Amino acid sequence: MRIYPPLSGRFLRVWQRNLTAYRQSWKVSFIPPLLEPLFYLLAFGAGLSGLIGNVRYQGEEISYVRFIAPALIAITVMNSAFFENTYASFVRMYYYKTFDAMMATPLTVEEIIAGEILWGATKSVIATTIMMGVISGFGLIRYPEGLLLIPLAFLGGLAFGSAGMICTAVTPNIELFNLPVFLFITPMFLFSGTFFPIENLPLWAQKTASLLPLTNLVDLSRAFTNGRIDILVFTGFCYLAAFASVSFPLAIGTMRRRLIK
Amino acid sequence: MNEVIQAEALRKTFGKLVAVDDLSFSIVSGECFGILGPNGAGKTSTIRMVYGFSPLTAGRLAVFGLDVTKHPRAVKARIGVCQQENNLDPELTVLRNLLVFARYFNIPVPEAERRSRKLLAFMALQHREESRVPDLSGGLLRRLVMARALINRPELLILDEPTTGLDPQSRHQVWEKLEELRAGGLSILLTTHNMDEASRLCDRLIIMDGGRLLVEGKPAELVLRHVGRHVLEVSDPADGLAEFLAQRSVAYERFGHRIIISIGDGSDLYREISERFRSGGCTMRMATLEDVFLRLTGRELRE
Repeated sequence: MRIYPPLSGRFLRVWQRNLTAYRQSWKVSFIPPLLEPLFYLLAFGAGLSGLIGNVRYQGEEISYVRFIAPALIAITVMNSAFFENTYASFVRMYYYKTFDAMMATPLTVEEIIAGEILWGATKSVIATTIMMGVISGFGLIRYPEGLLLIPLAFLGGLAFGSAGMICTAVTPNIELFNLPVFLFITPMFLFSGTFFPIENLPLWAQKTASLLPLTNLVDLSRAFTNGRIDILVFTGFCYLAAFASVSFPLAIGTMRRRLIK
Repeated sequence: MNEVIQAEALRKTFGKLVAVDDLSFSIVSGECFGILGPNGAGKTSTIRMVYGFSPLTAGRLAVFGLDVTKHPRAVKARIGVCQQENNLDPELTVLRNLLVFARYFNIPVPEAERRSRKLLAFMALQHREESRVPDLSGGLLRRLVMARALINRPELLILDEPTTGLDPQSRHQVWEKLEELRAGGLSILLTTHNMDEASRLCDRLIIMDGGRLLVEGKPAELVLRHVGRHVLEVSDPADGLAEFLAQRSVAYERFGHRIIISIGDGSDLYREISERFRSGGCTMRMATLEDVFLRLTGRELRE
Protein backbone atom coordinates (compact mmCIF):
# COMPACT_ATOMS: atom_id res chain seq x y z
CA MET A 1 0.00 0.00 0.00
CA ARG A 2 1.22 3.47 -0.82
CA ILE A 3 -0.94 5.28 1.70
CA TYR A 4 2.06 6.60 3.59
CA PRO A 5 4.07 8.92 3.03
CA PRO A 6 1.82 10.40 0.29
CA LEU A 7 -0.81 10.85 3.01
CA SER A 8 0.33 13.39 5.58
CA GLY A 9 -1.63 15.56 7.99
CA ARG A 10 -1.93 18.08 5.19
CA PHE A 11 -5.21 16.41 4.14
CA LEU A 12 -6.76 18.62 6.83
CA ARG A 13 -6.04 21.61 4.55
CA VAL A 14 -8.41 20.17 1.98
CA TRP A 15 -11.03 19.60 4.66
CA GLN A 16 -10.51 23.20 5.81
CA ARG A 17 -11.12 24.48 2.28
CA ASN A 18 -14.52 22.83 2.26
CA LEU A 19 -15.29 24.15 5.71
CA THR A 20 -14.41 27.70 4.60
CA ALA A 21 -16.70 27.39 1.57
CA TYR A 22 -19.45 25.87 3.75
CA ARG A 23 -19.25 28.69 6.24
CA GLN A 24 -19.87 31.19 3.47
CA SER A 25 -23.25 29.57 2.84
CA TRP A 26 -24.07 27.82 6.10
CA LYS A 27 -27.39 29.54 6.54
CA VAL A 28 -28.70 27.75 3.46
CA SER A 29 -26.97 24.44 4.20
CA PHE A 30 -28.56 24.36 7.65
CA ILE A 31 -32.13 24.29 6.44
CA PRO A 32 -32.53 20.79 4.92
CA PRO A 33 -31.42 18.79 8.00
CA LEU A 34 -33.63 21.05 10.12
CA LEU A 35 -36.78 20.73 8.06
CA GLU A 36 -36.46 17.20 6.69
CA PRO A 37 -36.99 15.37 9.99
CA LEU A 38 -39.88 17.71 10.80
CA PHE A 39 -41.63 16.83 7.55
CA TYR A 40 -41.01 13.12 7.98
CA LEU A 41 -42.09 13.04 11.60
CA LEU A 42 -45.20 15.01 10.72
CA ALA A 43 -46.10 12.83 7.74
CA PHE A 44 -45.31 9.49 9.33
CA GLY A 45 -45.98 10.37 12.91
CA ALA A 46 -49.24 12.23 12.56
CA GLY A 47 -50.34 10.86 9.19
CA LEU A 48 -49.29 7.24 9.05
CA SER A 49 -48.92 6.06 12.62
CA GLY A 50 -52.66 6.18 13.20
CA LEU A 51 -53.00 3.52 10.51
CA ILE A 52 -50.08 1.46 11.71
CA GLY A 53 -50.15 1.73 15.46
CA ASN A 54 -47.20 0.06 17.13
CA VAL A 55 -44.35 -1.88 15.56
CA ARG A 56 -42.61 -4.98 16.92
CA TYR A 57 -38.89 -4.43 16.91
CA GLN A 58 -36.48 -6.86 18.55
CA GLY A 59 -39.26 -8.38 20.60
CA GLU A 60 -40.53 -5.05 21.86
CA GLU A 61 -43.58 -2.99 20.99
CA ILE A 62 -42.66 0.56 20.08
CA SER A 63 -44.63 3.38 18.50
CA TYR A 64 -44.15 3.90 14.79
CA VAL A 65 -42.64 7.34 15.30
CA ARG A 66 -40.09 5.93 17.71
CA PHE A 67 -39.38 3.24 15.11
CA ILE A 68 -38.63 5.58 12.21
CA ALA A 69 -36.93 8.48 14.01
CA PRO A 70 -33.54 6.69 14.29
CA ALA A 71 -33.89 5.49 10.70
CA LEU A 72 -34.26 9.10 9.57
CA ILE A 73 -30.95 9.87 11.22
CA ALA A 74 -29.26 6.89 9.55
CA ILE A 75 -30.65 7.91 6.15
CA THR A 76 -29.33 11.42 6.68
CA VAL A 77 -25.88 10.06 7.53
CA MET A 78 -25.90 8.06 4.30
CA ASN A 79 -27.24 10.82 2.09
CA SER A 80 -25.07 13.63 3.47
CA ALA A 81 -21.79 11.83 2.88
CA PHE A 82 -22.78 10.02 -0.31
CA PHE A 83 -24.12 13.11 -2.06
CA GLU A 84 -21.24 15.26 -0.86
CA ASN A 85 -18.64 12.87 -2.24
CA THR A 86 -20.51 12.26 -5.50
CA TYR A 87 -22.19 15.38 -6.87
CA ALA A 88 -20.33 18.00 -4.82
CA SER A 89 -16.90 16.38 -5.14
CA PHE A 90 -17.46 15.83 -8.84
CA VAL A 91 -18.33 19.50 -9.33
CA ARG A 92 -15.13 20.50 -7.53
CA MET A 93 -13.05 18.02 -9.50
CA TYR A 94 -14.55 18.39 -12.98
CA TYR A 95 -16.12 21.83 -13.22
CA TYR A 96 -14.18 23.94 -10.71
CA LYS A 97 -10.85 22.11 -11.33
CA THR A 98 -10.14 22.59 -7.64
CA PHE A 99 -8.21 19.32 -7.48
CA ASP A 100 -6.01 20.34 -10.42
CA ALA A 101 -5.09 23.54 -8.62
CA MET A 102 -4.36 21.61 -5.42
CA MET A 103 -2.14 19.16 -7.27
CA ALA A 104 0.21 22.00 -8.19
CA THR A 105 0.80 22.60 -4.47
CA PRO A 106 2.58 20.29 -1.99
CA LEU A 107 -0.70 18.38 -1.58
CA THR A 108 -0.83 14.84 -2.96
CA VAL A 109 -3.81 13.13 -4.58
CA GLU A 110 -4.08 10.92 -1.49
CA GLU A 111 -4.44 13.97 0.74
CA ILE A 112 -6.98 15.64 -1.54
CA ILE A 113 -9.23 12.58 -1.57
CA ALA A 114 -8.79 11.83 2.13
CA GLY A 115 -9.71 15.46 2.89
CA GLU A 116 -12.79 15.23 0.67
CA ILE A 117 -14.02 12.02 2.32
CA LEU A 118 -13.35 13.45 5.76
CA TRP A 119 -15.45 16.43 4.75
CA GLY A 120 -18.26 14.11 3.58
CA ALA A 121 -18.20 12.46 7.01
CA THR A 122 -18.22 15.91 8.61
CA LYS A 123 -21.36 16.80 6.66
CA SER A 124 -22.96 13.66 8.08
CA VAL A 125 -21.99 14.73 11.59
CA ILE A 126 -23.33 18.27 11.09
CA ALA A 127 -26.64 17.05 9.69
CA THR A 128 -26.99 14.41 12.40
CA THR A 129 -26.39 16.92 15.16
CA ILE A 130 -29.04 19.27 13.80
CA MET A 131 -31.53 16.41 13.39
CA MET A 132 -30.84 15.17 16.89
CA GLY A 133 -31.84 18.58 18.16
CA VAL A 134 -35.16 18.40 16.35
CA ILE A 135 -35.91 14.78 17.23
CA SER A 136 -34.94 15.32 20.87
CA GLY A 137 -37.60 18.02 20.91
CA PHE A 138 -40.15 15.21 20.48
CA GLY A 139 -38.52 13.25 23.30
CA LEU A 140 -37.47 10.46 20.96
CA ILE A 141 -33.78 10.19 21.93
CA ARG A 142 -32.52 8.75 25.21
CA TYR A 143 -29.47 10.40 26.66
CA PRO A 144 -26.58 9.97 27.34
CA GLU A 145 -26.55 6.90 25.03
CA GLY A 146 -27.94 9.10 22.28
CA LEU A 147 -24.68 11.03 22.12
CA LEU A 148 -23.10 7.95 20.55
CA LEU A 149 -25.03 8.92 17.41
CA ILE A 150 -22.38 11.55 16.72
CA PRO A 151 -19.37 9.21 16.38
CA LEU A 152 -21.68 6.80 14.57
CA ALA A 153 -22.50 9.51 12.05
CA PHE A 154 -18.79 10.01 11.47
CA LEU A 155 -18.10 6.32 10.90
CA GLY A 156 -21.14 5.94 8.67
CA GLY A 157 -20.11 9.09 6.82
CA LEU A 158 -16.66 7.64 6.13
CA ALA A 159 -18.22 4.45 4.80
CA PHE A 160 -20.79 6.10 2.54
CA GLY A 161 -18.49 8.96 1.56
CA SER A 162 -15.82 6.52 0.43
CA ALA A 163 -18.42 4.56 -1.55
CA GLY A 164 -19.53 7.83 -3.16
CA MET A 165 -15.95 8.78 -3.97
CA ILE A 166 -15.45 5.46 -5.78
CA CYS A 167 -18.46 6.35 -7.95
CA THR A 168 -16.90 9.78 -8.60
CA ALA A 169 -13.67 8.11 -9.67
CA VAL A 170 -15.35 5.98 -12.31
CA THR A 171 -18.22 8.11 -13.60
CA PRO A 172 -17.63 9.76 -16.98
CA ASN A 173 -20.23 12.48 -16.34
CA ILE A 174 -22.39 13.87 -13.59
CA GLU A 175 -25.69 12.52 -14.99
CA LEU A 176 -24.51 8.96 -14.44
CA PHE A 177 -24.67 9.35 -10.66
CA ASN A 178 -28.32 8.45 -11.19
CA LEU A 179 -27.13 4.89 -11.56
CA PRO A 180 -25.64 4.31 -8.09
CA VAL A 181 -28.46 6.37 -6.57
CA PHE A 182 -31.03 4.13 -8.24
CA LEU A 183 -29.24 0.84 -7.68
CA PHE A 184 -27.65 1.51 -4.30
CA ILE A 185 -29.14 4.43 -2.38
CA THR A 186 -32.87 4.21 -3.13
CA PRO A 187 -33.20 0.44 -2.45
CA MET A 188 -31.35 0.87 0.81
CA PHE A 189 -33.52 3.84 1.74
CA LEU A 190 -36.57 1.60 1.36
CA PHE A 191 -35.43 -1.88 2.40
CA SER A 192 -32.89 -1.45 5.20
CA GLY A 193 -35.39 -1.79 8.00
CA THR A 194 -36.02 1.91 7.73
CA PHE A 195 -39.81 2.23 7.43
CA PHE A 196 -40.74 -1.37 8.31
CA PRO A 197 -38.85 -4.15 10.13
CA ILE A 198 -36.90 -6.37 7.74
CA GLU A 199 -38.58 -9.38 9.41
CA ASN A 200 -41.62 -8.50 7.26
CA LEU A 201 -39.65 -9.44 4.13
CA PRO A 202 -39.27 -12.95 2.66
CA LEU A 203 -36.29 -14.79 4.11
CA TRP A 204 -33.98 -14.34 1.12
CA ALA A 205 -34.68 -10.62 1.12
CA GLN A 206 -34.05 -10.44 4.85
CA LYS A 207 -30.66 -12.05 4.37
CA THR A 208 -29.79 -9.68 1.55
CA ALA A 209 -30.99 -6.66 3.50
CA SER A 210 -28.95 -7.58 6.56
CA LEU A 211 -25.81 -7.34 4.43
CA LEU A 212 -26.52 -3.76 3.38
CA PRO A 213 -24.51 -1.06 5.11
CA LEU A 214 -27.58 1.06 5.80
CA THR A 215 -29.30 -1.83 7.63
CA ASN A 216 -26.37 -1.97 10.02
CA LEU A 217 -26.36 1.78 10.41
CA VAL A 218 -30.11 1.85 11.10
CA ASP A 219 -29.78 -0.89 13.76
CA LEU A 220 -26.96 0.97 15.47
CA SER A 221 -28.89 4.22 15.31
CA ARG A 222 -31.94 2.54 16.92
CA ALA A 223 -29.77 1.00 19.61
CA PHE A 224 -28.25 4.38 20.50
CA THR A 225 -31.50 6.36 20.33
CA ASN A 226 -33.33 3.87 22.54
CA GLY A 227 -30.39 3.21 24.85
CA ARG A 228 -30.12 -0.51 24.05
CA ILE A 229 -26.41 -1.22 23.95
CA ASP A 230 -25.80 -4.95 23.41
CA ILE A 231 -23.71 -7.42 21.39
CA LEU A 232 -25.55 -6.50 18.15
CA VAL A 233 -24.03 -3.06 18.46
CA PHE A 234 -20.58 -4.60 18.38
CA THR A 235 -21.19 -6.63 15.21
CA GLY A 236 -22.82 -3.68 13.49
CA PHE A 237 -19.88 -1.47 14.38
CA CYS A 238 -17.41 -4.06 13.07
CA TYR A 239 -19.36 -4.31 9.84
CA LEU A 240 -19.29 -0.52 9.25
CA ALA A 241 -15.63 -0.26 10.23
CA ALA A 242 -14.74 -3.07 7.83
CA PHE A 243 -16.81 -1.47 5.06
CA ALA A 244 -15.04 1.87 5.57
CA SER A 245 -11.57 0.36 5.78
CA VAL A 246 -12.07 -1.36 2.42
CA SER A 247 -13.84 1.46 0.59
CA PHE A 248 -11.60 4.29 1.82
CA PRO A 249 -8.30 3.00 0.29
CA LEU A 250 -10.24 1.83 -2.74
CA ALA A 251 -11.58 5.37 -3.21
CA ILE A 252 -8.06 6.78 -2.99
CA GLY A 253 -6.70 4.18 -5.41
CA THR A 254 -9.40 4.71 -8.03
CA MET A 255 -9.15 8.51 -7.77
CA ARG A 256 -5.38 8.27 -8.22
CA ARG A 257 -5.99 6.46 -11.46
CA ARG A 258 -8.45 9.11 -12.55
CA LEU A 259 -6.47 12.21 -11.58
CA ILE A 260 -2.86 11.34 -12.36
CA LYS A 261 -2.32 11.75 -16.06
CA MET B 1 25.72 28.31 -13.42
CA ASN B 2 22.87 27.66 -11.03
CA GLU B 3 20.46 25.38 -12.85
CA VAL B 4 16.79 25.59 -11.92
CA ILE B 5 15.59 22.89 -14.29
CA GLN B 6 17.58 20.13 -15.90
CA ALA B 7 15.54 17.91 -18.20
CA GLU B 8 17.21 15.01 -19.93
CA ALA B 9 15.54 12.85 -22.56
CA LEU B 10 12.03 13.47 -21.22
CA ARG B 11 9.38 11.22 -22.62
CA LYS B 12 5.65 11.17 -21.94
CA THR B 13 3.19 8.82 -23.56
CA PHE B 14 -0.55 8.41 -23.12
CA GLY B 15 -1.27 4.91 -24.38
CA LYS B 16 -0.04 4.94 -27.95
CA LEU B 17 0.16 8.72 -28.19
CA VAL B 18 3.64 10.11 -27.72
CA ALA B 19 3.16 13.58 -26.23
CA VAL B 20 6.81 14.35 -25.45
CA ASP B 21 9.68 12.54 -27.07
CA ASP B 22 13.35 12.72 -26.10
CA LEU B 23 13.20 16.34 -24.92
CA SER B 24 16.20 17.87 -23.18
CA PHE B 25 16.59 21.44 -21.98
CA SER B 26 17.79 23.36 -18.99
CA ILE B 27 16.98 26.68 -17.35
CA VAL B 28 19.35 28.73 -15.27
CA SER B 29 18.39 30.85 -12.31
CA GLY B 30 16.86 34.22 -13.13
CA GLU B 31 16.10 33.29 -16.69
CA CYS B 32 12.77 33.55 -18.50
CA PHE B 33 12.49 30.47 -20.66
CA GLY B 34 9.79 29.85 -23.24
CA ILE B 35 8.38 26.67 -24.73
CA LEU B 36 6.75 27.42 -28.07
CA GLY B 37 4.84 25.14 -30.31
CA PRO B 38 1.53 24.70 -32.08
CA ASN B 39 -1.42 23.04 -30.32
CA GLY B 40 -0.61 19.45 -29.50
CA ALA B 41 3.15 20.04 -29.63
CA GLY B 42 3.61 18.72 -26.07
CA LYS B 43 4.11 22.04 -24.25
CA THR B 44 1.57 21.43 -21.51
CA SER B 45 2.64 17.80 -21.08
CA THR B 46 6.20 19.00 -20.61
CA ILE B 47 5.49 21.59 -17.94
CA ARG B 48 3.07 19.27 -16.15
CA MET B 49 5.99 16.94 -15.62
CA VAL B 50 8.05 19.84 -14.29
CA TYR B 51 5.49 20.80 -11.66
CA GLY B 52 4.92 17.25 -10.59
CA PHE B 53 1.40 16.87 -12.00
CA SER B 54 2.30 14.08 -14.44
CA PRO B 55 4.78 11.29 -13.81
CA LEU B 56 7.49 10.92 -16.46
CA THR B 57 7.30 7.94 -18.79
CA ALA B 58 11.08 8.07 -19.16
CA GLY B 59 13.97 10.47 -18.75
CA ARG B 60 15.44 12.46 -15.91
CA LEU B 61 14.09 15.70 -14.54
CA ALA B 62 15.68 17.71 -11.77
CA VAL B 63 14.20 20.95 -10.41
CA PHE B 64 16.42 22.93 -8.01
CA GLY B 65 18.75 19.91 -8.29
CA LEU B 66 16.06 17.65 -6.81
CA ASP B 67 14.69 14.67 -8.72
CA VAL B 68 10.99 15.46 -9.20
CA THR B 69 9.94 11.82 -9.04
CA LYS B 70 11.67 11.33 -5.69
CA HIS B 71 10.94 14.68 -4.05
CA PRO B 72 7.70 15.98 -5.55
CA ARG B 73 6.55 17.69 -2.37
CA ALA B 74 9.81 19.56 -1.79
CA VAL B 75 9.84 20.72 -5.41
CA LYS B 76 6.20 21.79 -5.45
CA ALA B 77 6.67 23.82 -2.28
CA ARG B 78 9.16 26.04 -4.13
CA ILE B 79 7.36 26.64 -7.42
CA GLY B 80 4.31 28.67 -8.41
CA VAL B 81 2.02 27.43 -11.16
CA CYS B 82 -0.51 29.18 -13.40
CA GLN B 83 -2.34 26.43 -15.21
CA GLN B 84 -3.99 27.06 -18.54
CA GLU B 85 -7.51 27.16 -17.15
CA ASN B 86 -8.36 29.72 -14.50
CA ASN B 87 -9.00 27.10 -11.84
CA LEU B 88 -9.76 29.61 -9.11
CA ASP B 89 -12.21 28.63 -6.42
CA PRO B 90 -15.61 30.00 -7.48
CA GLU B 91 -17.04 29.34 -4.02
CA LEU B 92 -14.60 31.72 -2.33
CA THR B 93 -13.98 35.46 -2.47
CA VAL B 94 -10.86 36.92 -4.08
CA LEU B 95 -9.03 37.29 -0.77
CA ARG B 96 -10.12 33.87 0.49
CA ASN B 97 -8.80 32.28 -2.68
CA LEU B 98 -5.34 33.39 -1.64
CA LEU B 99 -5.76 32.58 2.05
CA VAL B 100 -7.06 29.08 1.39
CA PHE B 101 -4.27 28.46 -1.12
CA ALA B 102 -1.68 29.62 1.42
CA ARG B 103 -2.88 26.90 3.77
CA TYR B 104 -1.90 24.24 1.23
CA PHE B 105 1.67 25.45 1.73
CA ASN B 106 1.30 25.50 5.53
CA ILE B 107 1.85 29.27 5.60
CA PRO B 108 0.74 30.62 9.01
CA VAL B 109 -2.44 32.74 8.93
CA PRO B 110 -1.01 36.21 9.81
CA GLU B 111 1.77 35.75 7.27
CA ALA B 112 -0.73 34.54 4.66
CA GLU B 113 -2.87 37.63 5.22
CA ARG B 114 0.10 39.93 4.89
CA ARG B 115 1.29 38.28 1.69
CA SER B 116 -2.21 38.12 0.20
CA ARG B 117 -2.84 41.84 0.66
CA LYS B 118 0.56 42.64 -0.79
CA LEU B 119 0.01 40.43 -3.80
CA LEU B 120 -3.47 41.82 -4.43
CA ALA B 121 -1.95 45.30 -4.40
CA PHE B 122 0.84 44.20 -6.73
CA MET B 123 -1.71 42.82 -9.17
CA ALA B 124 -3.96 45.90 -8.75
CA LEU B 125 -6.75 43.81 -7.27
CA GLN B 126 -6.94 45.30 -3.79
CA HIS B 127 -10.31 46.95 -4.46
CA ARG B 128 -11.81 43.53 -5.38
CA GLU B 129 -10.89 41.67 -2.19
CA GLU B 130 -14.46 40.77 -1.35
CA SER B 131 -15.62 40.08 -4.91
CA ARG B 132 -16.64 36.60 -5.85
CA VAL B 133 -14.61 34.89 -8.53
CA PRO B 134 -17.48 34.42 -11.02
CA ASP B 135 -17.91 38.22 -11.09
CA LEU B 136 -14.37 38.89 -12.33
CA SER B 137 -13.44 39.58 -15.96
CA GLY B 138 -10.88 37.50 -17.85
CA GLY B 139 -8.03 39.89 -17.17
CA LEU B 140 -8.76 40.11 -13.45
CA LEU B 141 -9.00 36.31 -13.23
CA ARG B 142 -5.57 35.92 -14.81
CA ARG B 143 -4.06 38.43 -12.42
CA LEU B 144 -5.63 36.63 -9.48
CA VAL B 145 -4.26 33.31 -10.72
CA MET B 146 -0.82 34.93 -10.89
CA ALA B 147 -1.18 36.37 -7.41
CA ARG B 148 -2.17 32.95 -6.14
CA ALA B 149 0.84 31.34 -7.81
CA LEU B 150 3.11 33.76 -5.95
CA ILE B 151 1.68 33.13 -2.48
CA ASN B 152 4.45 30.69 -1.51
CA ARG B 153 7.22 33.07 -2.70
CA PRO B 154 8.27 30.65 -5.43
CA GLU B 155 11.77 30.51 -6.88
CA LEU B 156 10.34 29.35 -10.18
CA LEU B 157 7.10 30.53 -11.75
CA ILE B 158 5.51 28.27 -14.35
CA LEU B 159 2.83 29.67 -16.65
CA ASP B 160 0.88 27.70 -19.24
CA GLU B 161 -0.24 30.13 -21.96
CA PRO B 162 -0.62 33.06 -19.58
CA THR B 163 -2.28 35.46 -22.00
CA THR B 164 -4.41 33.22 -24.19
CA GLY B 165 -7.88 34.71 -24.52
CA LEU B 166 -7.06 38.08 -22.97
CA ASP B 167 -7.77 41.45 -24.52
CA PRO B 168 -4.72 43.52 -25.54
CA GLN B 169 -4.84 45.73 -22.43
CA SER B 170 -4.90 42.79 -20.07
CA ARG B 171 -2.23 41.02 -22.08
CA HIS B 172 0.13 43.98 -21.77
CA GLN B 173 -0.57 44.22 -18.08
CA VAL B 174 0.32 40.56 -17.59
CA TRP B 175 3.53 41.11 -19.56
CA GLU B 176 4.47 44.10 -17.44
CA LYS B 177 3.95 42.13 -14.24
CA LEU B 178 6.04 39.27 -15.56
CA GLU B 179 8.79 41.68 -16.52
CA GLU B 180 8.75 43.13 -13.03
CA LEU B 181 8.98 39.68 -11.51
CA ARG B 182 11.81 38.71 -13.81
CA ALA B 183 13.65 41.91 -12.91
CA GLY B 184 13.28 40.84 -9.29
CA GLY B 185 15.26 37.69 -10.05
CA LEU B 186 12.43 35.18 -10.36
CA SER B 187 13.02 32.31 -12.80
CA ILE B 188 10.12 31.91 -15.22
CA LEU B 189 9.07 29.03 -17.46
CA LEU B 190 6.21 29.73 -19.81
CA THR B 191 4.50 28.12 -22.74
CA THR B 192 2.93 30.22 -25.43
CA HIS B 193 1.99 30.39 -29.04
CA ASN B 194 1.98 34.14 -29.00
CA MET B 195 5.19 35.17 -30.72
CA ASP B 196 5.13 38.76 -29.47
CA GLU B 197 4.97 37.40 -25.95
CA ALA B 198 7.91 35.09 -26.53
CA SER B 199 10.07 37.77 -28.18
CA ARG B 200 9.31 40.27 -25.49
CA LEU B 201 9.66 38.12 -22.38
CA CYS B 202 11.90 35.17 -23.10
CA ASP B 203 15.66 35.26 -22.67
CA ARG B 204 15.81 31.89 -24.30
CA LEU B 205 13.27 29.56 -25.83
CA ILE B 206 12.69 26.26 -27.54
CA ILE B 207 10.27 25.54 -30.34
CA MET B 208 8.78 22.08 -30.30
CA ASP B 209 6.40 20.18 -32.52
CA GLY B 210 5.03 16.66 -32.33
CA GLY B 211 6.61 16.24 -28.90
CA ARG B 212 10.14 16.85 -30.19
CA LEU B 213 12.50 19.77 -29.89
CA LEU B 214 13.09 21.65 -33.14
CA VAL B 215 15.37 24.54 -32.15
CA GLU B 216 16.69 26.26 -29.07
CA GLY B 217 18.17 29.71 -28.65
CA LYS B 218 17.68 33.40 -27.96
CA PRO B 219 14.73 34.91 -29.86
CA ALA B 220 16.78 37.38 -31.90
CA GLU B 221 19.41 34.79 -32.74
CA LEU B 222 16.80 32.32 -33.89
CA VAL B 223 15.30 34.92 -36.23
CA LEU B 224 18.68 35.72 -37.69
CA ARG B 225 19.69 32.09 -38.01
CA HIS B 226 16.50 30.73 -39.53
CA VAL B 227 15.01 33.60 -41.48
CA GLY B 228 17.45 36.46 -41.76
CA ARG B 229 17.14 40.12 -41.07
CA HIS B 230 14.31 41.09 -43.39
CA VAL B 231 11.31 39.56 -44.99
CA LEU B 232 9.55 40.58 -48.14
CA GLU B 233 5.85 39.83 -48.36
CA VAL B 234 4.37 39.89 -51.84
CA SER B 235 0.64 39.46 -52.16
CA ASP B 236 -0.88 38.27 -55.43
CA PRO B 237 2.52 38.02 -57.15
CA ALA B 238 2.71 38.08 -60.93
CA ASP B 239 3.61 34.82 -62.68
CA GLY B 240 7.24 33.97 -62.76
CA LEU B 241 8.24 35.17 -59.33
CA ALA B 242 8.76 31.64 -58.05
CA GLU B 243 11.01 30.82 -61.00
CA PHE B 244 12.87 34.08 -60.57
CA LEU B 245 13.55 33.32 -56.91
CA ALA B 246 14.50 29.72 -57.62
CA GLN B 247 16.99 30.92 -60.25
CA ARG B 248 18.67 33.17 -57.72
CA SER B 249 18.36 30.49 -55.02
CA VAL B 250 16.54 32.82 -52.65
CA ALA B 251 14.56 31.06 -49.91
CA TYR B 252 10.83 31.71 -50.03
CA GLU B 253 7.56 30.31 -48.80
CA ARG B 254 4.22 30.23 -50.53
CA PHE B 255 1.25 30.97 -48.34
CA GLY B 256 -2.03 31.09 -50.24
CA HIS B 257 -1.98 34.26 -52.31
CA ARG B 258 1.20 35.49 -50.72
CA ILE B 259 4.85 34.73 -51.10
CA ILE B 260 7.17 35.39 -48.20
CA ILE B 261 10.79 35.88 -49.10
CA SER B 262 13.70 36.09 -46.68
CA ILE B 263 16.20 38.67 -47.79
CA GLY B 264 19.31 39.24 -45.80
CA ASP B 265 20.12 42.72 -46.99
CA GLY B 266 18.51 42.88 -50.35
CA SER B 267 17.45 46.35 -51.24
CA ASP B 268 18.25 45.55 -54.89
CA LEU B 269 16.17 42.45 -54.73
CA TYR B 270 13.34 44.40 -53.18
CA ARG B 271 13.38 46.95 -55.99
CA GLU B 272 13.54 44.31 -58.68
CA ILE B 273 10.74 42.25 -57.27
CA SER B 274 8.47 45.18 -56.55
CA GLU B 275 8.94 46.45 -60.10
CA ARG B 276 8.71 43.20 -62.01
CA PHE B 277 6.35 40.98 -60.08
CA ARG B 278 4.06 43.07 -58.02
CA SER B 279 0.39 43.12 -58.75
CA GLY B 280 -0.90 43.38 -55.17
CA GLY B 281 1.05 44.76 -52.23
CA CYS B 282 4.72 44.29 -51.60
CA THR B 283 6.05 44.98 -48.10
CA MET B 284 9.51 44.73 -46.70
CA ARG B 285 9.64 44.30 -42.94
CA MET B 286 11.85 43.01 -40.15
CA ALA B 287 11.86 39.26 -39.81
CA THR B 288 10.11 38.08 -36.61
CA LEU B 289 9.91 35.04 -34.46
CA GLU B 290 6.61 34.25 -36.12
CA ASP B 291 8.45 33.75 -39.42
CA VAL B 292 10.78 31.30 -37.68
CA PHE B 293 7.88 29.52 -36.04
CA LEU B 294 5.88 29.13 -39.22
CA ARG B 295 8.90 28.07 -41.22
CA LEU B 296 9.80 25.36 -38.70
CA THR B 297 6.36 24.08 -37.81
CA GLY B 298 4.71 24.50 -41.20
CA ARG B 299 1.62 26.40 -42.11
CA GLU B 300 -0.96 23.64 -42.09
CA LEU B 301 -3.68 23.83 -39.46
CA ARG B 302 -3.40 21.78 -36.30
CA GLU B 303 -6.05 19.59 -34.75
